[in-house]
Amino acid sequence: MGLLSKKDSKLIMDPLADNNPITIQVLGICSALAITAQLKPSIVMAISVMFVMGVGNVVISLMRNIIPSKIRIIVQLIVVATLVIIVDQVLKAFAYTLSKELSVFIGLIITNCIIMGRFEAFALANGTWRSFLDGIGNALGYGVILIIVGFFRELLGSGTLFGFKVLGDPVEKTGLYAIGYENNGFMVLPPMALIVVGIIIWVQRSRNKDLIED
Amino acid sequence: MALDTEKNSYTVIFSIIMVVVVGAILAGLASGLKPMVKANERFEKQQNILYALGVNNNEGANDVEFISTDNVEEEFKKYIKKQYVFQGGELKENDEAYLIDIKKEETKAKKGDYKRRLPIFIGEKDGKEVYIVPVRGKGLWDAIWGFVALDKSMTIQGVYFDHKGETPGLGAEIKQRYFMDDFTGEKFLDGGVFKGISVAKGNNDPKNLIKDDQEIDALAGATITGDGLAVMLSKDIKMYMPYFKTLK
Repeated sequence: MGLLSKKDSKLIMDPLADNNPITIQVLGICSALAITAQLKPSIVMAISVMFVMGVGNVVISLMRNIIPSKIRIIVQLIVVATLVIIVDQVLKAFAYTLSKELSVFIGLIITNCIIMGRFEAFALANGTWRSFLDGIGNALGYGVILIIVGFFRELLGSGTLFGFKVLGDPVEKTGLYAIGYENNGFMVLPPMALIVVGIIIWVQRSRNKDLIED
Repeated sequence: MALDTEKNSYTVIFSIIMVVVVGAILAGLASGLKPMVKANERFEKQQNILYALGVNNNEGANDVEFISTDNVEEEFKKYIKKQYVFQGGELKENDEAYLIDIKKEETKAKKGDYKRRLPIFIGEKDGKEVYIVPVRGKGLWDAIWGFVALDKSMTIQGVYFDHKGETPGLGAEIKQRYFMDDFTGEKFLDGGVFKGISVAKGNNDPKNLIKDDQEIDALAGATITGDGLAVMLSKDIKMYMPYFKTLK
């Protein structure tokens, strides 16, 4: 990468795999459970988190020398909350149907531990550009897992992707349903998100033995 | 000069400035976007009412397709001939009856002797007069609501249901076409007497071909949402009985 130095590109690439916020750091699980029953909300959530984390990291990094350390957590919370309200309002004004689908989950970004974690661990100690890359990298790592989980849950749970019936019609019994396949209703329930995340963690650790802790 | 960020006075001033700045940003954004959000909410109501009337873009689609927001206002004017508010036996015409907040009316009616305002929209489709009324009730997790289109004999011509937080794949299926379409043709009156419509489990009529049994085949795994829906229909449609009696 010509644009980014080796150190900078590590900030983007690391959270995608070997330091993934969900599968390795086990953060941000709550929202991964809540919104991944379908693919579309998973993607919108990933984009929203990317905005909040990218901009938030930059804001915190810019203010890092003037934030009183006593109230730094409150300041971080205010920054996240402000950005989340902005996302929510913009979605309501310009993508109303989508904002209805996501309803409370956009608000739940505030409770996403990854964001506060990156503010505290990275943005408070690093420059603006590097903080921005770190925010985007972690949001990408989070988004990738969300999209994988959303893909499997929507496909196996409802037989659709983005709402299109890819496995045939369950009522008319066409496609896979003609040979006796049935949607797995369990996939749309929150516990299955945890199990799918667990399977991803399993696959990842069996491919990369360095990740296994003794 | 180094800034002493540890001083109490600094912390207080910092907090005050931060709150003012954040407040200003959010207030500016909210008031700037308010007209768009309000318009979206208005369009949504119009789309839902038209959907219950059977005016939509469903042709050839599997999912619920509304009239697009670009021309929903024109279509609404075209199909909805009159809007009334029914209050304590009196009928008044009101061109913005569709904006009445059903939830507020419900809470107000619970306190004291306030007579609820009941909006009715008279639409016309294929030369037939259809009466569309709003309903609101409780699902498993949160509120459910919708619009029901009826003819003079209180036979359902179409419905639209929506929810705030039902489980995807289970209770949330009330807003799927296959469920909503089942309601068309069902009757609220049984020999002139009001009888609600139940959402029945273990129904021996899964395709819902029998239209005079006051029963809809339930959604698997959504018992409480289904029951809530049946209760909502009975209690809210019943309030309109005095109005429908005047039509005969």
